[in-house]
Amino acid sequence: MALVEVRNLVKHFERGGGLFREKSIVRAVDNVSFSVEQGETFALVGESGSGKSTTGRCMLRLIEPTSGEVTFRGENVLGFSSARMRAARRDMQMVFQDPYSSLNPRMRASTIVEEPLVIHDIGSKAERRDRVADLFKLVGLDPAHLDRYPHAFSGGQRQRIGLARALALNPSFIIADEPVSALDVSIQAQVINLLMDLQEQLKLTYLFIAHDLRLVRHISNRVAVMYLGRIVEMGRTAEIFDNAQHAYTRALLSAVPATDPDAPRARIELDPALVNREAPLRQVSEGHFAAVQ
Amino acid sequence: MEPLLKVENLRTVFGPVEAVNDVSFELHKGETLGLVGESGSGKSVTAFSIIRLVQDPGRIVSGRVLFQGKDLLALSEEEMRQVRGAGIGFVFQEPMAALNPVMKVGAHIAEALLVHGLATRSDARGRAIELLRAVKIVDPERRVDDYPHQLSGGMRQRVMMAIAIACRPPLVIADEPTTALDVTVQAQILDLLREMKREFDLSLLLITHDFGVIAETADRVAVMYRGKIVEQGPVRDIFRNPQHPYTRGLLASIPGGEPGTRLKGVQAETSW
Repeated sequence: MALVEVRNLVKHFERGGGLFREKSIVRAVDNVSFSVEQGETFALVGESGSGKSTTGRCMLRLIEPTSGEVTFRGENVLGFSSARMRAARRDMQMVFQDPYSSLNPRMRASTIVEEPLVIHDIGSKAERRDRVADLFKLVGLDPAHLDRYPHAFSGGQRQRIGLARALALNPSFIIADEPVSALDVSIQAQVINLLMDLQEQLKLTYLFIAHDLRLVRHISNRVAVMYLGRIVEMGRTAEIFDNAQHAYTRALLSAVPATDPDAPRARIELDPALVNREAPLRQVSEGHFAAVQ
Repeated sequence: MEPLLKVENLRTVFGPVEAVNDVSFELHKGETLGLVGESGSGKSVTAFSIIRLVQDPGRIVSGRVLFQGKDLLALSEEEMRQVRGAGIGFVFQEPMAALNPVMKVGAHIAEALLVHGLATRSDARGRAIELLRAVKIVDPERRVDDYPHQLSGGMRQRVMMAIAIACRPPLVIADEPTTALDVTVQAQILDLLREMKREFDLSLLLITHDFGVIAETADRVAVMYRGKIVEQGPVRDIFRNPQHPYTRGLLASIPGGEPGTRLKGVQAETSW
C-alpha cells in the first residue's frame, strides 16, 4: 500500500469580483491524483503557476482543498478534525523554500527547533534540550550555535535549521517545497547530500516539489510533471527523462541548459493550442502515464 | 587587435570588504564572456564598477577600465553618461525593479533614444515599436502603450533588452538576465540574446551563477570567488579541464552523473 495517496485533488481560488468585474475561478489544482510509496522520493515538477506548491500545501491542509481525497497510511486526512490533523502532522512535515522568511527572526535557533516538541508536549525541558542538540548534529550544525538567532546563520545553515525543525517529531513523510532553490550551487550540493543521507538513515519518504529538472533527475525515483494545475505526465524518473510523451514535458526538458558547451541544442517549443487540457492520463508503458490522445 | 573592454587590476571596496580585489580581464569584439560565481563573489559589483554605478558605500579604489581604448574611470560624470546606453547597454536581473512602474514601455525606450539625441519626439514612438519588434514582442504597436506590470516576466526582460540595444551600443552587460524566469522562458531569452548578438553585432559580458547559461552562451569564462578571478579561459577548457579547485568544486556541485550519488561539491578552501 502506498504511504500517501492523493485522489482527484482540486483547489480553486476565486479571483476578482470587484465592483465592475465578474468573479473568475482559478483552477490552481485541477483533479490531481498520484501516490507516494514508502521510502521513495517522488518529485512534483513544473513552472510557476503549475499548481505544484498548492498541491503540497493542500496535502498537509496548510490550505484547505476544494475537494478530493488525501490518504496517509490509508486514512483520509481531509476528513480529520483540526485536533486530529495536528496530531497527524507529527508524521507529515514540510520544509519550505525560503530559509529567510520561514524562520522567526526573533527566536533563537534552539527555540525554533524545539517548538514542535513543546507544541506536542514531548519530553521534559532537559530531554528536549538534548533532543535539539542531537537534531543539530544530525543536520550538520554545531550545537555550540544553538542560542544564535537566524540572522547569524547563512542560507544553507538556515535551511538545515528548517530541516531540524521538520525532523524534530520523527516524521516518516516530508514535503520539501523547493528546499534548495534559494541557495548557491555549492551550498545546494551540500543540502542535497544531507537530504539523501537523512532519507537513508531515517527511512524517510519525500515529496519533492521543484522546478530544477537536473536536481529532480538526480534525487527522485518517480516524477509527475504539472502544467496548468494538472499532471500531464508521470512515471519513473529515467522513463520521463528518456522517453517523454507529452508535448509539455518535451518542451520543458529541451529548455534545460546543458552543462556541456558541445551538447546539441534542440529546443522544442510548446504550442499551447495543441495541448488538450481535458485529455486524461493514459498508461503508455508500465507505470508511465501521459495525458496524450 | 585591441580588446573592446580591458579591465586592469580593478579594486572596489565596501568599507573593509574587498568586493572586487585586483580583477583583470579582456573582452574582444564579437565575443561573449561569462563571468560566473556564487553570491558575494563580486561578479555584479565588477559589472557595476565598469559602468561606474556602484552603490554607496562601495568605492572603486584603483585600476583601469579601458573601453574602446579610453579609461572609463578617468572620465567626467557627464562623459560617463554618454558611455552608458550609447557605448555600453545594461540588462538588469530584476526587470520589475529596473523599469519605472508609472512609465509606459515605449517611454522607457524613447527616453534612452532622446537622452542620446538618437531620435526626435516625433519619431521616438515608431523607433520604440521597431525595437520591440526586434526583441520579438508580439503585437508591438499595442504593447508600446503598456505599463511594466501588464507584462509577463519574460516580456519585461525583452523590454530591458530593447532598452539596452536602443542606442546600438557595441557592448551589452547582462547581469543574471534569466535568473528570475521559468526554465522555458529562460530558454527563449537565451535564444534571443544569441540572436541579438548576431543581428546587432554585439559583444556581451554575461554575469551569471548558472553554468548551464554559460555553457549555452559563452565563448570564454572567468570564474570569480571572493572578489578574485580564480580561473579564466575558453568555455570548453573550463568545462572539460578545470584547473582551479573552486571551479572543479562548482562543476561537481551541479546535479548530474549517476542519479542518487553524492554530489562532490566545493572542498574546504584549506585543501586548495
